[in-house]
Amino acid sequence: MADPMRIRANMMGDKVEVKVLMAHEMETGLRKDASGNAIPAHFIRNVTVTHGGKTVLSAQWGTSVSRNPFLHFRFKGGKPGEKVTITWLDNKGEKRTDEAVIVVPGT
Amino acid sequence: MDAKRREVLKTGGGVLALAAAAGIIKPGEALAQEWNKAAFDTKSVAETVKALGGGGSTPSGSVEITAPDIAENGAVVPVAVESKLPRTQAIAILIEKNPNTLSADFDIPAGTDPFVSTRVKMAETSNIYALVIADGHYFHAVKEIKVTIGGCGG
Repeated sequence: MADPMRIRANMMGDKVEVKVLMAHEMETGLRKDASGNAIPAHFIRNVTVTHGGKTVLSAQWGTSVSRNPFLHFRFKGGKPGEKVTITWLDNKGEKRTDEAVIVVPGT
Repeated sequence: MDAKRREVLKTGGGVLALAAAAGIIKPGEALAQEWNKAAFDTKSVAETVKALGGGGSTPSGSVEITAPDIAENGAVVPVAVESKLPRTQAIAILIEKNPNTLSADFDIPAGTDPFVSTRVKMAETSNIYALVIADGHYFHAVKEIKVTIGGCGG
């Protein structure tokens, strides 16, 4: 099981600013190990962010998103105390879902 | 051999249909996890635009890329894209000289800012393109990033 995501969902005016750090090797499939064997590709393909049952961002990724992917975006309609849920799915079918509560920074 | 394969396929299909009927796999859920393999296999900007459904794209001053001019480490290059085009539906990040051009493709629903920021790997110095679909039309911005140490080698 992959490590949990680190999620921050901060209220900034009328928008929620979401910053996520995911734990994933994002292996391209193009590298070779010490004995010259190709290291198989292993990377996140889909990311879905939902709030109140509505998708606020969805992404498809290739192998060139950096290891331990970082994602930052903003959406309208969230309130402090509500939850933001993030799910990723990789090319081996592994999946991870984490959530964070929207907070007002500095409180 | 062939008959057996068909048998397996038939059975497999049956199991999937059953799972769908039983609500184990929701059709909507399966669709939400689509991955556009054809687009991620492309090797040029023109091919990627085509694979993402565009006939071509227009340069636009309303699409802005924020990224360093020089990336010392190609394995971690921060890239942010912001679109000021009304009805922005999608933002994609393309890296011209990477083994595969398309890096990431974001769907931007109404209510979400037409802005994304992430980190990408670059094999070598290259142009990066921010492709934006707005109101069904394709636009882009381009920026060159010089890479000191490539991020895709072993």
